[in-house]
Amino acid sequence: MANPTQPDWEALARLPAFHELLAAKRRFIVPATIFFLIYYMTLPVLIGYFPEMMKQPLVGKVNGAYLFAFSQFLMTFGMAWLYMRTARKWDAMEHALLASIESKPNANA
Amino acid sequence: MPSAITPMLSAIQFTPALWMFLAFVALTLVITYFSARKATGSASYFAAGRSIKGWQNGLAVAGDYMSAASFLGISGMIAFKGYDGFMYSVGFLVAYLTVLLLVAEPLRNAGKYTMADLLAYRMSPRPVRAMASLSTLVVSIIYMIAQMVGSGVIIKELIHVEFAPAVVGVGVLMLVYVVFGGMLATTWVQIIKALLLMGGAFALSWLVLGQHDYSMTKFFHAVAHADYAGTAEPKNLLDPGLKFGAAVNPWGPLDFISLALGLVLGTAGLPHILVRFYTVPDAKTARVSVAWAIGVIGVFYILTTFFGFGAATVLEKSAILTPDGKENTNMVAPILAQALGGELFFAFISAVAFATILAVVAGLTMSASTSFAHDFYSNVMHHGKESKPGQEVRVARITAFFVGAVSIAIAIFMGPTANAAFLVGLAFAVAASANLPVILFSVFWKRFNTAGAVAGLGTGLASAIILILLSPNGIFGKAGAIFPLENPGIVSIPLGFLGAWLGTILSKPDPESEAKFAELNFRAQTGLGAEKAGSGH
Repeated sequence: MANPTQPDWEALARLPAFHELLAAKRRFIVPATIFFLIYYMTLPVLIGYFPEMMKQPLVGKVNGAYLFAFSQFLMTFGMAWLYMRTARKWDAMEHALLASIESKPNANA
Repeated sequence: MPSAITPMLSAIQFTPALWMFLAFVALTLVITYFSARKATGSASYFAAGRSIKGWQNGLAVAGDYMSAASFLGISGMIAFKGYDGFMYSVGFLVAYLTVLLLVAEPLRNAGKYTMADLLAYRMSPRPVRAMASLSTLVVSIIYMIAQMVGSGVIIKELIHVEFAPAVVGVGVLMLVYVVFGGMLATTWVQIIKALLLMGGAFALSWLVLGQHDYSMTKFFHAVAHADYAGTAEPKNLLDPGLKFGAAVNPWGPLDFISLALGLVLGTAGLPHILVRFYTVPDAKTARVSVAWAIGVIGVFYILTTFFGFGAATVLEKSAILTPDGKENTNMVAPILAQALGGELFFAFISAVAFATILAVVAGLTMSASTSFAHDFYSNVMHHGKESKPGQEVRVARITAFFVGAVSIAIAIFMGPTANAAFLVGLAFAVAASANLPVILFSVFWKRFNTAGAVAGLGTGLASAIILILLSPNGIFGKAGAIFPLENPGIVSIPLGFLGAWLGTILSKPDPESEAKFAELNFRAQTGLGAEKAGSGH
């Protein structure tokens, strides 16, 4: 940082643009986290308590248990891709926010 | 070649495997030599000058993470237990969503060298750092002993060096990387290892598929009728339940859930993984590096399908049993390589296994010594001031030496029969129960305070260790176990969160911590004022 004095963090944290950034992150991260944790934890629950159902072959010899496990890999890749894509919008918001702080030195005093 | 291994040379056979080991060692020592010339100053030594590129760090994270337990352990577990072994592969990958979505970016933005930097940000630094440093050392040393014991056993089988000299050899090499080369050398050892491991995994999978005419249909048909050359009833290895099924163990299904929880939440609390995010220039690069890690780690664990299940379809059961008839889980992958690709391919896969061990052990030593030097020595004992320039790095080098010596000694004392899976499970459980709750609360909960952080770390650490000691793997054995599950996560993780929460609400609100929340929150979410690349110390 160019400015050696401590910025007024309380004031920065009250900026509407910062709240928009937080809200945007929350809108994605909270449901995404709930989704992947539930999707993942469903696997051991189904396998542990409904093994006969999961043993049914679905594609050739490949059973439901393996397909569901394999889908976890695809889910992880997909979720990571979605996160990377969404995060680009946050970067733009963050960039605008930091630029507005730089241009208003009084907020930094 | 380091002089420490010279006396052993006369006693061992110069097999192709040994030559490949030595080639890897020589290459990494050259890297260490060049890194050592760059490693001056704390940011350079502890965080590779924050100059590592996103894809490089992604490979290094993968190299730091995919331990010998993953490569050798999982292929063996799948070969013997089928589907249930594959579940480790799934959990080890999904865990990276926790890292990506919740931890990597705030940690990079608000910290400097260690996990405790984030925790101590708005708390009373000394008690929080002392506890976080303790938890880091516990996780790292336990994890490291598991790797050292594994390495001794594997090296003995691969190139016929006895257990104790093998452990000492690995220990000395890892110390050379860490003490002289710091984070930069460690990073490159991990990157090279990740590339070798992926190459080995692809080659092994391709050879296995070749045994089934490169047909997925034929491959899965063979897996569904794996009969180990008539020594047992044909089994469908795609069916779950051979390890965790209710028929095998009434507590199995619950143990499985507990394991899954520990895996998915533990990774984001492993100190040697977290410190890797300080080696990149900013939070965006940290994010890119997790995405790379997810790609590499995901492909690797998908490939365990072929070389894990494949081993059961290609090898005869007698080939993967020890002379006294026990399941030789750690040797399944190398034996498969020998059967399909001959002596030279066996040598290559053995060298990959060796590289894997070294890279992980170096990463663990690095995180343990960084935490001791930065958190405990500099901040707890000396209130965050360096008495002399370079003091912190000097202490870290000395600590690395002690951490290495202690791990070597404990690994030799525990001997080749120590249960490595038990130790790794304990490390994940402690990471998930002690570290993750306080990391999340620090970033997301304004009211969180020093008492809560200390209580959370303490409860998580103590409950995970006590439950493991009382488990079937613990001090009373299978028969006398007081706690029926092998994996404590399902109890100890909620206890860690509960401890952090109760510690906070039962203590007085801390206005200073709440005031600094605005600062931490703003920094963690925007990266304002984050440690920059090449910012020295």
